[in-house]
Amino acid sequence: MAKSKKSTLDRREVVKTILAQRQDALLVTGLGSSCYDAGTVDHPNTFYLWGGMGGAAMIGLGLALAQPKRRVLVITGDGEMLMGLGSLATIAVAKASNLTILVIDNELYSETGMQPTHTSQGVDLAGIAAASGFKHAKTLHSLSEVKDSMTTIYKTPGPVFLDIKVNANRYPLSIRLRDGTHIKNRFRESVLGAKAFD
Amino acid sequence: MKVLKKAKPTWPLEIYNVFETVNIQQVAFVPDAGHTTLIKACQANPKMQTISLTTEEEGVAMLAGAWLGGMRGALLMQSSGVGNCINMLGTIRECRFPLLCLVTMRGTWGEFNPWQLPMGQSTARVLEDVGVVVEAVNEPSNVAETVFACAQMAFQTNRAVAVLIGQRVVGFKDWSK
Ligand SMILES: Cc1ncc(C[n+]2csc(CCOP(=O)(O)OP(=O)(O)O)c2C)c(N)n1
Ligand SMILES: [Mg+2]
Repeated sequence: MAKSKKSTLDRREVVKTILAQRQDALLVTGLGSSCYDAGTVDHPNTFYLWGGMGGAAMIGLGLALAQPKRRVLVITGDGEMLMGLGSLATIAVAKASNLTILVIDNELYSETGMQPTHTSQGVDLAGIAAASGFKHAKTLHSLSEVKDSMTTIYKTPGPVFLDIKVNANRYPLSIRLRDGTHIKNRFRESVLGAKAFD
Repeated sequence: MKVLKKAKPTWPLEIYNVFETVNIQQVAFVPDAGHTTLIKACQANPKMQTISLTTEEEGVAMLAGAWLGGMRGALLMQSSGVGNCINMLGTIRECRFPLLCLVTMRGTWGEFNPWQLPMGQSTARVLEDVGVVVEAVNEPSNVAETVFACAQMAFQTNRAVAVLIGQRVVGFKDWSK
């Protein structure tokens, strides 16, 4: 377990670059910074988590199984992913081919005071995903690697797991939309149309 | 005293029939002996996605995702698993996600394992505290209609509902032998 060298990648640039290609993909965010990153490019097909730490990837699985024709992205933090490590095993076994999990890995719990997470000590999330049976699992360190991964993120049969090492930049809250019922209803209406309220 | 359990109870397959009736398409579970027959029946149906979890809270999150995508699910667990779900049930409550949980009880009527008591005795109270509607069923012939009624409550009113299937239904091991 080698400690990783510090990344210079900016999280907001990463998320903006990826979501610019989203088309009809569905997105689940983890709580905290990932939620605010995605909030800079708000979309009704985004389900923002403001709590439920450890649950983002599994919400992604349920959604991916329910919407097999669409790509489902989960964008979450390293701390959030570490709280739901078992879900990587569950997702790999479920073989959700339309699911992509993207971890914005700053090696910190930035939301709660910049405490280091286990990834700062070399715990390798992509390695865990690969060992669990993810079809594709990799760690990315540069924007060019991110830009080269668009096919992997949106098209390659998965489950796909990318751990994207970013720097420690913190940003203020972006989106103010935080009522859970509203976020859910808006998402369902966008995806299901009138059937959302059957 | 004999083990108070019918040789082949019919309630598990009656639950399965309710699942088909109310269109349950994702079934998530951490195994409990009491759910064995139901899990097998669901696994045999290619139209139901049966997902084995590493911890019960995964299932709470997963079925929220299922609902976001327009699919209904059910979560099967033992009463001790309820303790693994509490924070995620807070998310269900905040978002008014429907959730149907079938909980086979331990740590209650006729229990022999003292370690089951702490969680089993507080299961209903803990669920109610986090906003889950709780229906206990202790008579095998009432199980299916209770599951049906709770499915309707969950999916038509957007609430989390748990059916607690009691040890009078599931049966218990006779520790005196
Ligand atoms: C169950 C639970 N434990 C702790 C917290 C407090 N908390 C909120 S955000 C967070 C850190 C998240 O870290 P990470 O996912 O890496 O996000 P980022 O570094 O991008 O902010 C923690 C510990 C919480 N909200 N819920
Ligand atoms: Mg982090």
